This record gives sequence, structure tokens and C-alpha cells, in this order.
Amino acid sequence: MTLFRIAAVSAALLAPTSGALAHDTWLMPSKTVLATGQWVTIDGGASTLPFLKDHAPLRINADNLSITAPDGSNVEAQNISVGKLRSTFDFPLELEGTYKVTVSFESIMALWQDGEQRHRWPARGETFSRDGFAENVPKNAKNLRVSEMLRRTETYVTAGQPSDTALKPSGRGLELAPVTAFNDLYSDEAATFQLLLDGKPAASQEIKIIADGVRYRDAVDEILLTTDQDGRFTVEWPGPGLYWMNTSTQDSKARKPATQRSISYTGIFEVLSP
Amino acid sequence: MRKALVTVLLGALSWSLPASAAQLDISIEVPRLDVAEYHRPYVAAWIENDKREVAANLLVWYQQDRPNQSPNAEKGTKWLPDLRQWWRRAGRALDMPLDGVSAATRPVGVHKLRFTPGDGIVPALGNGQYKLRVEAAREEGGRELLNIPFSWPPSARSTQNVQGKSELGSISLTITP
Repeated sequence: MTLFRIAAVSAALLAPTSGALAHDTWLMPSKTVLATGQWVTIDGGASTLPFLKDHAPLRINADNLSITAPDGSNVEAQNISVGKLRSTFDFPLELEGTYKVTVSFESIMALWQDGEQRHRWPARGETFSRDGFAENVPKNAKNLRVSEMLRRTETYVTAGQPSDTALKPSGRGLELAPVTAFNDLYSDEAATFQLLLDGKPAASQEIKIIADGVRYRDAVDEILLTTDQDGRFTVEWPGPGLYWMNTSTQDSKARKPATQRSISYTGIFEVLSP
Repeated sequence: MRKALVTVLLGALSWSLPASAAQLDISIEVPRLDVAEYHRPYVAAWIENDKREVAANLLVWYQQDRPNQSPNAEKGTKWLPDLRQWWRRAGRALDMPLDGVSAATRPVGVHKLRFTPGDGIVPALGNGQYKLRVEAAREEGGRELLNIPFSWPPSARSTQNVQGKSELGSISLTITP
């Protein structure tokens, strides 16, 4: 019997209780350009604008956090702590090259109606399973909508020379591939990246970029770009600092029993001054 | 002798002035914005004297808590410090709600308000230079602060306008002696 389990998703992140408050997730690395033998510490949170520690921590655990070393092996995060407004973890950079840090939230959820009553399964904080689905969701449920959600938040750090073994796309959902190395970004140089959907170039996708420090300026000043036919886009950085990049889409290539899929990619990049 | 007479005359003159009939008519435009996720802005308006002190709090519009809101839900007051000039000058020393001043956020459109210094929520204003300050901040948006200077008491009816660029539309102040 095939039984696939999907990590439980924080209700706060997926199903805001009231209004249409979208809380964006972010990771905030202490540094991204380092030497071997150093440590990096990463904060994570969810807030209405990136990097503001004023709403909720990113619900990180051993299942949804993965750190890929430059040789493709897995690095265990240390000192994982989920605080009131942000979570945090550390890891050492023992190998030379680029590390990928991914926090992925995946879920399948069924919504349906029974007369006036609206139902959802699984309940908040609970996990989807095929058996549970068969047991809990009526076969002839009215207005049944089963959707899959794939939400990936990533950042990248490099010890010494950048490399791309850790950046090999998984081929699932939205991912970013470097054209310009992820940790070789300078404010006086444009950077080009390629967006992939299920491993193939994602054309005509809108990309939103917001620089850190929103709290200290009067406008969000978001940068909106669109990927070309090859999924590529080029960013002119307005200055050095941390940048939050986000894109999302929906399609029907969902895993059964889901019939629709909503996918997002969020990447955090550090741009240095030349 | 002569000095004394002038003093008496001046005294008589000031007595003869009406206590305070001059009015401030303010209009504040909440602009329509083309954004993916719109939240009504928080808006505060106050009168500042030439020492940058608050002479009168005119209004603060912020998200009111729902009657049966869960105790864990975020309170509307959480975002008041984002009106950062107002927060520094007035907000942080005030307890919300503030009778006659605080109210729910307003929809897109032009909102007209009338204040009479010395009557209601606005205390009498001494002679001097003042500024009407209007500040707006929006969740997932930006923040804007506009000023209209004026002197008090007014000698003639006058209208001044200032045009916002992002979070506020047109702001106008009409003073009627």
C-alpha cells in the first residue's frame, strides 16, 4: 500500500482566520558570503512585509527544514528554536561551496459543504493521509474542492567559491536556478536567474522583489519583473542589502486526490556593495 | 497714564472679541490604490504649535476590534505606532479609544470634518503659528505625512490644499474667522 504523508502545515501560515491577511514567509541569514569553518545563523518568520519580526515565527521542524551541503549531503540544523515572533537555527559551514536552506510547507486539504455547513479536512495542524481522506471526506460531498499546496522558502549561503551541486532542482513545484551565482551578487551588477516549474522553464511568471528595511522608508518600493520565454529574468539591485523574492502560481497538476495545486517560491538573497 | 489707558482699551477690545467662532474645515481624501491586497489606511490628524507640541488631536482612524474577537486575535491598536510621527507626538501617551477622536478606518473617498477651537474636542488656540498635520499608514503599503501651516486667529477666510503622492490624496484646510 502506498501511503504518502505530508508534513502538517501551520494553520497560521495557510489559513488566515479573518480578512485576507497574507503573511509572507522569510528567512534571514546572518551572512551569505563566508569562509569554511564559520557558522551561520538563520532567523525565519511570517509577516505582512518581509523581515519584520512582528507577527509569527516560521514553524520550523526537522521535517520541513532541509539544509543541503555543497556535496549534496544533508546538514543537520542546530539550536532550532521557535520563538514568539521568529524562529532560529544555526549550522556550520564545513565544506567549501554553496549551501541551500529550504523550508517547505506541503499540504493537501479538502473543503466541502453540507447544507449551509462548511467543512474542511484535515483539521488545522493535522496531517493529510490517503486513508484519513477516504475515511473523513464523504464520497459525494457537495462543492468538494481538494487542493494541494506547495510552499517553498529558500536562502543560500556560500563558504569560499560558489558551487551549484546543492542547487540541483528537485523537479517539483517552483524553484530557482542560478545564471548569476546566488552568493555573488553586487549592487552595481545586474543578476540573472531562471525560474523553473516542475523542473522546466516557467515563462511569463511575475516576480516580486522587496528590499529589507521597509520599516525605515515610506514606501514598500517593490520591484515587479516578468520571466521571459526561457523563465529568465534580470534584476538591477537598487542597493546592497537583503532582498526577498516571491512568485506563485496555480495549476491542475496536483497529486491525487487533489485536483488543483497552488505553488509558491520565496528566495532570500544578499547583495553586497562593490 | 497714557500707557494705562492703552492697556485698558486693549483689555476691553479682547473682551469684546467672540470667545471663539472661527472654524476649521478639513477634507481628507483616501485615494483609490491599485494594489493586490488593499487595507484601508490608518489616518491621524492633529494641530501642532510652533514648538512641535500637539495643540489638538483631531482624529485617528484605525481598525476597531470586532465585538466577539478571540483574545488571541491581533488588536487593531497593534499598528498605531506605524503612524510614526503621530505616535511620537501624541499616540504613545494616549489611551485608545479616544472619545470624539478615534474612529474606524474610512473607505476610499473624500471625508469632510469641521472643528471649532474652544468647542468640543478642540481646545481654544492661542495666537500663533500652527500646522495641520495629516499622516497615513497602510498595512502592506507605505506611509505619508502632509502639513498645512496656518496662523491663528484668522483674519479672513482662506483655503489651502496640499496633494499627497502615495497614501493620501488631496488634503484641504479652510479657515473661517
